[in-house]
Amino acid sequence: MRVPRLRLPAVRERHAARGTRRVVPRGSAMDRFGLRDLLAESAYGIAARPGRLVLTVLGTVLGIGSLVVTIGLAQTAAGQISRQFDAVAATQVVVEPATAQSASGQRATGRIPWDVEDRLGRLAGVEQVGALASVDVGDATITTVPVHDPSAATLAQPPVVAATPGLLAAVRGTVVTGRWFDAGHDERADRVVVLGSRAATRLGVNRVDSQPSVFIGDRAYTVMGIVDDLARRTDLLDAVILPVGTARADFGLGALEQAQVTIAVGAGPVVGEQAPVALAPNNPETIDVQTPPEAPAVRAQVQADVNAIFLALGAVALLVGGLGIANITLLSVRERVGEIGLRRALGARTSDIGRQFLVESAVIGLLGGLVGATLGVGVVAGVSLAKHWTPILDTWVTLAAALLGGVIGLLAGTYPALKAARVEPIAALRGGA
Amino acid sequence: MSVPAVIELRQASRTFSGHTPVQALRPTDLVVERGDYVSVVGPSGSGKSTLLNLLGLLDRPTGGSYLLDGLDTGTLSEDDRATVRGGRIGFVFQSFHLLPHRTVLENVLLATLYSGVPRRERHERAHAALERVGLSNRLDFSPAVLSGGERQRVAVARAVIAAPQVLLADEPTGNLDSTTTAGVLDLFDELHADGLTLVVITHDSAVSARARRRVRIADGTLREAS
Repeated sequence: MRVPRLRLPAVRERHAARGTRRVVPRGSAMDRFGLRDLLAESAYGIAARPGRLVLTVLGTVLGIGSLVVTIGLAQTAAGQISRQFDAVAATQVVVEPATAQSASGQRATGRIPWDVEDRLGRLAGVEQVGALASVDVGDATITTVPVHDPSAATLAQPPVVAATPGLLAAVRGTVVTGRWFDAGHDERADRVVVLGSRAATRLGVNRVDSQPSVFIGDRAYTVMGIVDDLARRTDLLDAVILPVGTARADFGLGALEQAQVTIAVGAGPVVGEQAPVALAPNNPETIDVQTPPEAPAVRAQVQADVNAIFLALGAVALLVGGLGIANITLLSVRERVGEIGLRRALGARTSDIGRQFLVESAVIGLLGGLVGATLGVGVVAGVSLAKHWTPILDTWVTLAAALLGGVIGLLAGTYPALKAARVEPIAALRGGA
Repeated sequence: MSVPAVIELRQASRTFSGHTPVQALRPTDLVVERGDYVSVVGPSGSGKSTLLNLLGLLDRPTGGSYLLDGLDTGTLSEDDRATVRGGRIGFVFQSFHLLPHRTVLENVLLATLYSGVPRRERHERAHAALERVGLSNRLDFSPAVLSGGERQRVAVARAVIAAPQVLLADEPTGNLDSTTTAGVLDLFDELHADGLTLVVITHDSAVSARARRRVRIADGTLREAS
């Protein structure tokens, strides 16, 4: 049997310049520890000890994960707040007379003047003003039929409310049919009413072109229109609404109970300060003004504080994670001194060794970053699911967090890689297997 | 132009500086011609390792010069020395130095990474080398399950895969029993017959007896043995 030669063919050398005898790397530059080799060797190094890999990346996973969770929950909560920060609530001011507790119960200490629309309409930031008061109609029945039918079942009376002409706009109502009364009706004390949509249904009125009437007691009132929505006072949907002037003339209305004001966004504090003076210059303390809640601002502040704490925790976790990578890579360098020496003997340059360890720790960091970012996204989604929120998380935050893990791995691996590059091959090869 | 000697030491010496400087290798001349099979024998502490490290470009002489294949290695940068080491010198160690988590084939391929073996030749060469040392049925084994003799054969395959000018063996049989020692020495004989230059450093006279030429080292001084 012919024994194959063990002497393998020489590797083709590149030609050195004539007359000089220089060291020329054999093969092409690509053949000598190229990027593919570097990545493959690093991957082997990382995969050699899976258990240790898990421990190594744990700190980075936690750090990146908590960063993503913090940023994600902050973004989600911010979206949630702005959703709850309803435009209606933010631009509505309610003005009422102050009340005092007296022996006979709650008693208003101030009053809203009849010309409240003029007085408040002049304030900067005020857009719509309307006022209303409930009207005591005594025992009068409210019906569309002026005939007393003894056999008819007694129904609860719809409330009767007096309103100023501006109220419809101030409570964001819409006219379904007909029209809303104006200042003329108010001044002349015309016997007209507007029905809330539910009151209209109850009274059997669905169109106004035939000028149906509603009887309050014995007096007939022409139904001018039917209104709906009334977002700020949905209770008015059940009411029969008549002009304040009419209510004063027919029912002796004594005072307005409430003014509804819509304002420009952000005008709340100013209007809250000026409205009482405008309404009761001599004793403004008798007027209560409810301005839009400041809660969103407060919550944003709280949120920012919480975020700062969590970001700090995330940073600490990342620091610990980085130190963990550095520590374990350093340990790994000590353990693999033999391997390093061998690679040097096989022709590896110090830079080849350093690069390999650097890539290993960068990849470990990147792995930790990817796992951490993934877990973080999962937590954000889970919390949102539990709280019925819409999860909001910028894509770039996730990607940047994963990359940050790689950067941390790179930084953490710098010292161990330098250490590895400085390993003396002689000592290493004598050190045993 | 004559073919240069593979190894030529000219008054090379190595002194370890320190509190009391130690001259581990006195100024030495040594010429190893192409195709030589040289053993360096001596007791521990005689300077064998120092000589090996110098020959393997793992250390630099503090005096004199070292020409490898006619190339003065004293003028080379560390990176060039690494390149020369990878391409022209094959190492076999006492403790094999195989990577435990890699297969036999991968361990042999490791030597092609740094020595400029073209990528498409790598597997072919590795298979050829392992077949030659009689381990082609062990390609996917872990070194951990191999016997000492088999491990050293893997190391030999790794050492020759890049077609080096010289094979440097440092106590290659130090961790082997007599049977497997014989097998590895037979392999060395075959390598020599194929034209490879071998330098084997050992303290075992039985091993050194197999070489064509014996050099004795004692107290840092080299002497040709008869």
